Amino acid sequence: MTSSSTPVSAIGARIPRRELKRLLSGHGRYVDDIKLPHMLHAAFVRSPHAHAKIIAIDTTDARIAPGVAAVFTAVEINARCEPFVGVALHRPGHRSAPLPLLASDRAVWQGQPVAIVVAETRAEAEDAAELVAIEWEALPVIGNEQEAIAAGAPAIHAELGDNIAFDFSLNHGDSTRAFAEADVVIEEELRFARQMAMTLEARGLIADFNPGDETLTVIHAHQSPFQMQEIFSHQLKIPEHKVRVIAPDIGGGFGMKLNVYVDEIATVVASMILGRPVKLCVDRLESFLSDAQARDHHIKCRIALKKTGEILAMEVDDIAAIGAYGMPMRFNVAEGMMAITMAGAPYRFENYKARTRSVYVNKNLIGMYRGVGMPLACVVSELLTDFAAEKLGIDTVEFKRRNYWPKSALPCVTPGGQRLETVSFHECLEKLVQLMDYEGLRKEQRELRERGVYRGIGIATFCEQTAYGPPYYGPSGASISTQDGCTVRLEPSGMVRCITSLTDQGQGTLTGVAQIIAATLGVSIDDVSVVGGDSSISPYGGGAWASRGTAIGGEAALRAGNMLKKNILALASTVTQTAPEELDIVDGHVVNTQTGHNVASLADVGRIGYFRQDTLPKDFDVQLSVSASFVANDKVYYMANGVQASYVEVDCDTGFIKILGQWAVDDCGRVINPLLVDEQVRGGIVQGIGSVLFEECLYSEDANLLNGTLADYVLPMAYDVPDIFVGHVETPETSTQLGAKGIGEAGLIGAMGAVWVGVNDALKPLGAKVLHQPFTPERVLDALALAKR
Amino acid sequence: MSELDLIGDEDVEIETTLNGSTLKRRVKARQHLADFLRQEMELTGTHLGCEHGICGACTVLIDGRTARGCLTLAAQASGRTVDTIEGLSQSGKLAELQKEFIERNAAQCGFCSSGMLLTAYELVSEGKKLSRAEIREYMSGNMCRCTGYHAIIDAVEAVLTRVAGGKR
Repeated sequence: MTSSSTPVSAIGARIPRRELKRLLSGHGRYVDDIKLPHMLHAAFVRSPHAHAKIIAIDTTDARIAPGVAAVFTAVEINARCEPFVGVALHRPGHRSAPLPLLASDRAVWQGQPVAIVVAETRAEAEDAAELVAIEWEALPVIGNEQEAIAAGAPAIHAELGDNIAFDFSLNHGDSTRAFAEADVVIEEELRFARQMAMTLEARGLIADFNPGDETLTVIHAHQSPFQMQEIFSHQLKIPEHKVRVIAPDIGGGFGMKLNVYVDEIATVVASMILGRPVKLCVDRLESFLSDAQARDHHIKCRIALKKTGEILAMEVDDIAAIGAYGMPMRFNVAEGMMAITMAGAPYRFENYKARTRSVYVNKNLIGMYRGVGMPLACVVSELLTDFAAEKLGIDTVEFKRRNYWPKSALPCVTPGGQRLETVSFHECLEKLVQLMDYEGLRKEQRELRERGVYRGIGIATFCEQTAYGPPYYGPSGASISTQDGCTVRLEPSGMVRCITSLTDQGQGTLTGVAQIIAATLGVSIDDVSVVGGDSSISPYGGGAWASRGTAIGGEAALRAGNMLKKNILALASTVTQTAPEELDIVDGHVVNTQTGHNVASLADVGRIGYFRQDTLPKDFDVQLSVSASFVANDKVYYMANGVQASYVEVDCDTGFIKILGQWAVDDCGRVINPLLVDEQVRGGIVQGIGSVLFEECLYSEDANLLNGTLADYVLPMAYDVPDIFVGHVETPETSTQLGAKGIGEAGLIGAMGAVWVGVNDALKPLGAKVLHQPFTPERVLDALALAKR
Repeated sequence: MSELDLIGDEDVEIETTLNGSTLKRRVKARQHLADFLRQEMELTGTHLGCEHGICGACTVLIDGRTARGCLTLAAQASGRTVDTIEGLSQSGKLAELQKEFIERNAAQCGFCSSGMLLTAYELVSEGKKLSRAEIREYMSGNMCRCTGYHAIIDAVEAVLTRVAGGKR
């Protein structure tokens, strides 16, 4: 029997992405490739100081510079938009000062926009921006988290009284007692440098306000067009049905292009004032100064164990320097919250105490970036447990086998509050141990150590919250939709067109949706086209964030596909006088399942459905275009999980670290397309390796960025990373028909844990530890020197 | 206006062979080649990632060798042959690499891909058999933020193996 709810064939196949032929031949259409008639270009004047008073702004010379259409400051721009207060209503005590579009009397981070210059070309706008004269008076700078919380530290925003944005504690059981009774305690202090998401295409948009009908169209390199439709409408007081946001091809997102940026909204305001399209494509230096950044955490953590290896308790104390304001819509307390609520999640223990503080500093805002706080949680759990296993003389794999939540305990809620239902830690670990030849590598490691070669093995287990449901953002007050939707339409020729609320920055989600539609409808994937990323044409939806596209948008597609199939079969049933239960769609034809005969092609159905309705009974309801939306009403997230391993070598003379091999086994539920999932995992891993080994925003004492180029900010290139082997365990999500969970962040989360543990494993015989990310050669050599003392 | 004005704003006449066709143009002396290709010729397949020569997104071929479009002035292309992703795709010279890239999903957002393919084309054209580590090193002037590089190296290796066979 063929049930319409059990799609087959195209799902699970290694189907190459359909966009690639276009993208690989120079035919992509990214924001900066698009020209609109009468379009102007924007450049921003940004604060050169981390904290300074604006005494005066003189735009006279800039206004008369060649090609300049207008120069606006806070006077014109801020009048059109209320400032943002980036505070989550469901986090008691969370506070932020209001964030204006442009700084008016004071700038609080280097790079904060102060004026916008609009000209015929970007080059002319940049030239004129140089001519805006601003008189500054430098103010005292809060440069890091310790200065922020120091007694008597001046408050960056006087009205808040101090620099604490958010202070949250949780306590489960009695960790104090557990630590007092422990046989073994491991305690460490970890630092995670501030870093960038660094999409290769920097941020950009074209704001096109049409004064004729007062509609706003924004072509926006953004992961969530519907979020931005709501923001533009609400903030700029344009009725929502007159705002359209279109995401074209996007050169990478990674969460960074999910945030709300004041310079982007100021660009829209400029278009509204001028009645002309205005393009903003920030350059790389601006990207360093204005893209939402990530991490900047200082974490103290400890673990208590019995001699037998049983974990008694954990404690985590996190402090995060989140920049000068709360991030609009997406907030910036999530890294800390995830770090403390997810630390230790794979392990069974009773007692847990944790605190996170987010503090304001005179730096750019922290915002969403792949993994958010989950990689920090992974590093905390895996480093502490690896050190503990070492101290107890238990092999780290054996330690994990003993301490993971057993299947028999599921579903469960961890002490940090994580709900685990369909996780598969043991299966992933056993598969990984096979994949990497764990015993073989341990043997090689031992032999090489005798020859003075220091290699380490790091294994990291993690959970990944994917595909949030409304309980996550709903109570925060932010208008962020966790649903997605899909329209599926049979075209008269029998082809199928699908319009999804999802966006695709390279993940391959749109190909995944095509696979799901093809499988559900029983047609070839070549006969299905998918468009996404246009807020005016699809059902409402969230777009791409939190590893949700396929799990949520894919489920909506599946449901829409099933509805359309039912309608097609109903029409075919009427035309052929056959019971609908006896019909199915196979290879694009309606077939009689009893006889096996083709009874109609989809083109026949389309022709009758659109052009020969006169041949149908007069009350027959033809619906060959259907929409479905899906939201995980009752779930906060679908919890995915995995285990990764790194094999690393540390050169103790130079401090250089080489990753020799990387293995990952992930469980993201049902895999729709392993080809795309594997490269998604690998890409995340390389970002994780970059985070641990290379990436760091360096600042002077007065919080000025010192490395604003890709020559100074080191990113992983092909030579810096190893081959990466990916395996899968598939434990489907039980609450959907599709059964998919997310995979977007898994690679990064696990890689950060595995590389941290691997490098420190290599250093064990030398008595050294590196605990400050990134592990630059200097920090490695310092750690070795400290151990020799 | 200040002393900053109009440095390099004078026009220069260039004559270049772009994607096989001869072209005469007046360009601003300060305009770099990638901006010229993108803005004046509307060849937007050459991308700009950093505009300071690190990321490789703007890679083009000048006289058959890879060059950074952002570090080369348009005026410097005068008297030379310039090939971009569009021309090399249309002529079919990249077809084999493109096929391997697509089959292996060696691209996600696609922003690095033009430059990545042109560097790979240069590598393959040299026809030397390289180890996987050597391929990684050769490709390390092109940054990809999305993939794990693994599939890109696989794709280049597959084509190189066919082209170079056992040559060393």
